[in-house]
Amino acid sequence: MSVRVRIWGLHLAVLLGLWALQQVLPPYHANNLARIMVLAVFAMGYNIAFGYTGLLSLGHALFFAAGMYGAGLAVWQLEWAALPALALGLLAGGVAAGLVGLLALRTAGVSFMIVTLMFAQAGYLAILYFGRVTGGDEGFVVEAAGRQLFGADLATDGPRAVASLALFAVAMLANLVLTGSPFGRVMVAMRENEERSRMLGYNPFAVKLVALVISGVYSGIAGAAYGVMFGYVGANFATVQYSILPLLYVLLGGLGTVLGPLLGAVLMFYLVDFASSLTSAYLMVVGVALVVLVLFAPLGVLGTLRERWLKWLP
Amino acid sequence: MLQNHKLKPTVPRKAPNNSGDEIMVTKDFTAKAPSRRSVLQGMGAGLLASTALPAVAWAQGAPIKLGFQLHATGIGASYGRWYQRTADAAVKVINEGGGIGGRTVELIYEDDATDPARGAEVVDKFVNQHGCEVVLGTLFSHVVIGSAPRAGELRVPYLVCSEGYHVASGMLNRWTLQPGITDVRSQIASMAPWVAANLGKKVAMIFPDFAFGHDHRDFFTAAMTALGGEVVAQIAVPPTETSFTRYFPQIPADTEVLYHVMVGPGVLTFVKELGEFYGTAAKPKMFGFIDSLEAVDIASPGLEFLEGTHFWEAHNRMKPADAGEHEAAYRAAVGVDDKGASVSDPADVATYSHMFSAWETLFAIKAGMEACDYTGPADRQKFVEAMEAMSEMPYGIARPQGAKRFNGKTHQAFGTQNISQVQGGKLVRVHQTSMEDGAYPDQVDYTTQAF
Amino acid sequence: MAFGPFLLLALMEGMVSAAVLALTAVGLSLVFGVMRVVNVAHGAFFMLGAVTAWYVAKAVPGPAVAGFLAALVVAPLLVAALATLADRLVLRRLHYDPEATIVATIGLLYIVEQAALSLFGPDARPVEAPFTWRLQLPWFGYSGYKIFVVLAAAVILLGVYGFLTRTKAGLVMRATQVDRQTAQAFGIDVDRVYAGVFALGAALAAVAAVLVVPISQAHYKMGADPLLLSFIVVIIGGLGSIRGTLWAALIIGLGDGVISMFFSPTLAKIIATLLVAMVLVFRPQGLFGAKA
Repeated sequence: MSVRVRIWGLHLAVLLGLWALQQVLPPYHANNLARIMVLAVFAMGYNIAFGYTGLLSLGHALFFAAGMYGAGLAVWQLEWAALPALALGLLAGGVAAGLVGLLALRTAGVSFMIVTLMFAQAGYLAILYFGRVTGGDEGFVVEAAGRQLFGADLATDGPRAVASLALFAVAMLANLVLTGSPFGRVMVAMRENEERSRMLGYNPFAVKLVALVISGVYSGIAGAAYGVMFGYVGANFATVQYSILPLLYVLLGGLGTVLGPLLGAVLMFYLVDFASSLTSAYLMVVGVALVVLVLFAPLGVLGTLRERWLKWLP
Repeated sequence: MLQNHKLKPTVPRKAPNNSGDEIMVTKDFTAKAPSRRSVLQGMGAGLLASTALPAVAWAQGAPIKLGFQLHATGIGASYGRWYQRTADAAVKVINEGGGIGGRTVELIYEDDATDPARGAEVVDKFVNQHGCEVVLGTLFSHVVIGSAPRAGELRVPYLVCSEGYHVASGMLNRWTLQPGITDVRSQIASMAPWVAANLGKKVAMIFPDFAFGHDHRDFFTAAMTALGGEVVAQIAVPPTETSFTRYFPQIPADTEVLYHVMVGPGVLTFVKELGEFYGTAAKPKMFGFIDSLEAVDIASPGLEFLEGTHFWEAHNRMKPADAGEHEAAYRAAVGVDDKGASVSDPADVATYSHMFSAWETLFAIKAGMEACDYTGPADRQKFVEAMEAMSEMPYGIARPQGAKRFNGKTHQAFGTQNISQVQGGKLVRVHQTSMEDGAYPDQVDYTTQAF
Repeated sequence: MAFGPFLLLALMEGMVSAAVLALTAVGLSLVFGVMRVVNVAHGAFFMLGAVTAWYVAKAVPGPAVAGFLAALVVAPLLVAALATLADRLVLRRLHYDPEATIVATIGLLYIVEQAALSLFGPDARPVEAPFTWRLQLPWFGYSGYKIFVVLAAAVILLGVYGFLTRTKAGLVMRATQVDRQTAQAFGIDVDRVYAGVFALGAALAAVAAVLVVPISQAHYKMGADPLLLSFIVVIIGGLGSIRGTLWAALIIGLGDGVISMFFSPTLAKIIATLLVAMVLVFRPQGLFGAKA
């Protein structure tokens, strides 16, 4: 069995498995799965910047929020339908990432982290400052009319499950194609050795900018989908917490792997959910998990698997 | 039992009062709503239950599970702890009085981390995982607004204890109700006449720069202007601010009244720095919302300058001399002493002006469920209709904060408010508003919306 | 209020925030400079210092000043001990890898914050200032304790500066910062230096917290803001440059107070945040760092 067949087989099997899970899971978990898949798309976008290209950003909440507010405000203030609103959200994420990238990519390492963090913080404060338009800290409810997609009501569990799986499938397959493409290899080359790739004739700035924009597009559509599918848009999604979440998902699931973000999102979500049913001190559990993870499985679950056994895993 | 309330319900009717701390079921549904028949039935059953006869007609079924969305962590944690104590106490009283329709009540708590996304997930968990009949208890507005859509999708009654102006503004949906506390718009509007008449008409406002503060800014300014007063400065303080002194110079020198409201962990710093700023110099009269001091001991060092200033209180933290029996019973049940602190730890001050809403909401749920012969999830719509049919909610053990009037159209309860003065380091009530003071035209009619 | 006194007040407030900021940031800067570790848990150490001060103040009988002095000793020692433990158990095992340590210190932050929430509770709790002297100016009153905080911070910072430049331990730290390998070749026990630096950084955060807690209360989430501001200061000041950090603390502290006189405070925060980002973009070595 060629590696190519194995790779595609595995990922299609995962999609099939997700579909099957949606059919058999009780409603609470099925609905969690819908949330998780949307968040996993966000984390996939983060992974494209961090896992593949080596850009450790602490500002992805800005791109997520750009998508969420792009779509949400289009519905709320302009009374757009869901489809164009989602498209606007996707675009907003990409544009935000492009603008931030143009400036932030002049820096690297810790400075890059801080610059992206600052931009995201400014974005969060701007949402509060323009509260009359954005709903400020309280946020707003996405109206029912803006949650109709192709005649289906995303406020109901069935269509929402289909929509989340479709979004996740497209995002994952695109990610798979991207990492297998020549450009995907250049991204990894940037992560591994920027100087050498420069000598080989690649323009690191351009490559990193494109990677960041792709990452922003992923984050934007995830934010837009989250707002439209779950009916609420709020400033909370622009806080630093939402920059750290995808970082955790990626680190937990596996740095630079296509399925890592999904796995990380699932594990993290249920870690919190499970721990909070045992103790009100569930943050402690999360904290300990992080420390243990970084000590004993620094490449994340799938990263470790790939290093030990599954060398072909993309 | 109503002697210490200036305002009596328009259709006052004493509910049978049993001895001891027996639960009193008070019902007074004057609306001729479609569910009248069931309301009457419910009353009958309620009376049965309240006279401690075993509710034969009601199956001694499984406990009724209610989901309480709790701010156990995150910025709302100070409030969450007290909300939990209050809710636990209310359920104990309800169960000792026969539960709801003869079934015992079981409260299930889930921490929403004061986060709207987690809030919506928790609503899901209550309904689909725990099998709760209704969800209640949320305080912070953004969590309410983040969770309400999911409650609407799940078609589960969602009873919030938030005082936010999101229910009555029409922003939410037919499944969301606020029967246990007056909304902030009404609270603010009812303060303006007294402030204008007693403290002054040139007001400077200082408030947090987010939605809760903006409600104060907008509604108080409008009310003051209508009374011929003037708001001479509106000073917004960004959230997350931990130092406030540099905002005080923006208070104009000719200010007669300083209106202050602050929330969050920085509140004590805020009042302390205000005191330092004015020091011994001449200062304007001060009127604050108790939010600025919620869960804070008024006798803390540095707060001496508050002597003589006034505060809004929904529920008097320090037990008024003329408090009724139900006030005392409520304090005893929750474990709060006469000064408004925990009986086990005097340093642990209650969030007294907000937490009664958890108690009153639970009793409202009991009333609503008994009114519609609630048997299970299939009756959730009937329950909302029964709630919408409520109107007068008299003072009693079910409503220790005072009588309320529920507006079925806007899904919002309206009650009386108190103005207290700091006298000798104690908060002493000097005025109580009437329900009319806080009235404003309906902004929404949820009863016309589809379920 | 007239413009002059207004500006005076803004400057006084700015000095107080600059002083506290400098103390907090200098610890972060040390850790950052010597170990190349971004310690996300630095804010948690700060908070822990404040919480410890509350417990100590409650436990020590007599006047407030006794509790305050005790806290000034106990809090840094306790927090430094905890930092040493974290260094031994976690950071050293990660070989101080920059990315891994970020994740690990995020985990540490959660652990410490949750421990504080569970044990100390969610309320903000006041600690009495060691003295209550107030300065009454013609236009406004001012807390004498705040002036004391500025002076105390200046003394402590001078001490730190002297320690780094005049003592052997300081020399060893600086040597490790400049070139870890060479330092090792000269027989310096780098692991011990790192442990010492991490503990010192944490202790400085705790001292800053003990000073600040009579002004703003102890609260389990109080570490977030100082953490962010400290980061800004460290970056603006130039990585690992103590002098740059001090200058940056002064500029940011004063700037924050003065800018918010002229703009809506939220807008002021937006502008300040963007300015910091721009400085980093166009002068990545910081305002005071040498060109890389």
